[in-house]
Amino acid sequence: MRYMLMLYADEKAGAAIPPEQMAKAMDSLFAYQAALEKVGAFVMTSPLARTHEARTLKMTGGDVGFDGATFSNAAGQLQVHDGPYAETREQFGGFYIIEATHMDEALDWARKCPAAQWGPVEVRALIDGF
Amino acid sequence: MKGSEAVRTAERVARESYGRLVAFLAARTRDVAGAEDALSEAFAAALRMWPADGVPDNPDAWLLTVARRRQTDALRRRQTRSAGEEHLQLMAEEMEGAAGGAAEIPDRRLALMFACAHPAIERGMRAPLILQTILGLTASDIAAAFLIPPATMGQRLVRAKARIREAGISFSVPDKEELATRLDAVLDAVYAAYTKGWNEVGDAAPELADEAIWLGRLLVSLLPDEPEAKGMLALMLYAEARRPARRDRAGAYVPLERQDTGLWDSTMHGLAERLLREASSGGPSGRYQLEAAIQSAHTARRKNVADTWPAIVALYAHLERLTRSPVVTLNRAVALAETEGAEAALILVESLAGDRRMAEYQPWWAARGHLLARLGRRAQALEALSVASGLATDNAVRRYLQEQAATLRDG
Repeated sequence: MRYMLMLYADEKAGAAIPPEQMAKAMDSLFAYQAALEKVGAFVMTSPLARTHEARTLKMTGGDVGFDGATFSNAAGQLQVHDGPYAETREQFGGFYIIEATHMDEALDWARKCPAAQWGPVEVRALIDGF
Repeated sequence: MKGSEAVRTAERVARESYGRLVAFLAARTRDVAGAEDALSEAFAAALRMWPADGVPDNPDAWLLTVARRRQTDALRRRQTRSAGEEHLQLMAEEMEGAAGGAAEIPDRRLALMFACAHPAIERGMRAPLILQTILGLTASDIAAAFLIPPATMGQRLVRAKARIREAGISFSVPDKEELATRLDAVLDAVYAAYTKGWNEVGDAAPELADEAIWLGRLLVSLLPDEPEAKGMLALMLYAEARRPARRDRAGAYVPLERQDTGLWDSTMHGLAERLLREASSGGPSGRYQLEAAIQSAHTARRKNVADTWPAIVALYAHLERLTRSPVVTLNRAVALAETEGAEAALILVESLAGDRRMAEYQPWWAARGHLLARLGRRAQALEALSVASGLATDNAVRRYLQEQAATLRDG
């Protein structure tokens, strides 16, 4: 079973961290990745660019309906907005995808993740077959 | 955190009384959840009132009286007759009978602990079940210690109690033949609770460790002739005695070799030594006595009484034959480095490399890293220490391992 560890953190606080401290934090994340790899639990990881670079595509107006083949909204208009969909105190800033036999095991890994020290880690199972 | 000693004492008495009453009722009805329900409000009232008003002369009678009154109220309020209501009524009668001679309520807590640690109960749920039924800890307290969402822990506890009833688990202390194996399960559950409290350094942790030690004392008092119960209590006390020394003022991890032995709790340590002596005179040594003996040897070594490394290696070898645990082999390897050198130790550590359990075991990588460093194999040592730090759950341990790696890299 695959799980995504979604790392949230306060972006502004993160930007204020001095480079040498940031380097140490990155070292701890690399060590974490090394541990995942050694155990064979690692699938992939990536940090995400800052939210001010994010864009959100959003249908405005009209109603979504099933047209017999798919869901569509003919009357609506797609608009692009700056930033992420929701403004939150902590931002989704990176993720790990790991292999674990069940949620408890995935949670154990989340607990070991250095990022859990500075922000919430949401653990979501990926649905198989895609 | 918990206020004064008086508050703590009041809470202790309330938990003691509560556990005894739950065990008494559950042993009669086999309905653990029902027994808890019957007493929960009275127990909550006791936790609220006794620290302020003082502990009543007869705590059991106080709890029973309040529980009975609450139940009568509940019965009056409810109009529909249901099986649950009849059950409550039965419980009230049981307690009424008991309240007459409240001073002589038989202590069935040992039987309840055996029921909670029955083979039919999922291993991981035995400790939580004992913590809840004997000590009255809430599902959310237990969930926090076991890192499980409170609702999930609550559901699992409910299921485990239902299992006790459905599987027809008896509330009795097993007879001699069965006692040893069944007692192991009880001891393991209590020790599991202790290690949860030991590994956590946060504010809530020492409390769980305290509760586990208290359960250990209870077991020793209820089973005074069982050396393993004493061995386990001794083992917990050796560890607990070192608690003040295992982090420095800045919160950094201090390994046993660098701990200031002056910070060790000498009262607790003395008690551990006494328990271990008593246990050893009781016949062949089980797992807990051996582990306690190893801790005793470490203490003597660190206090410069003697070089006990050879004894430690021998004790681990004995324990290894008994448990066949790779963790024990790893510990023997670490001790072996002090008697036969890092090369021999590393060979033994590497012999465990094929074991899946070791691949995710932080101490295996840390031991390997330290031995490789001692042998001057820097690149491999760095990699092992890095993996070890990535596997660490405890922040202080992670930082320690990272510093070890940094020192090796720069030095």
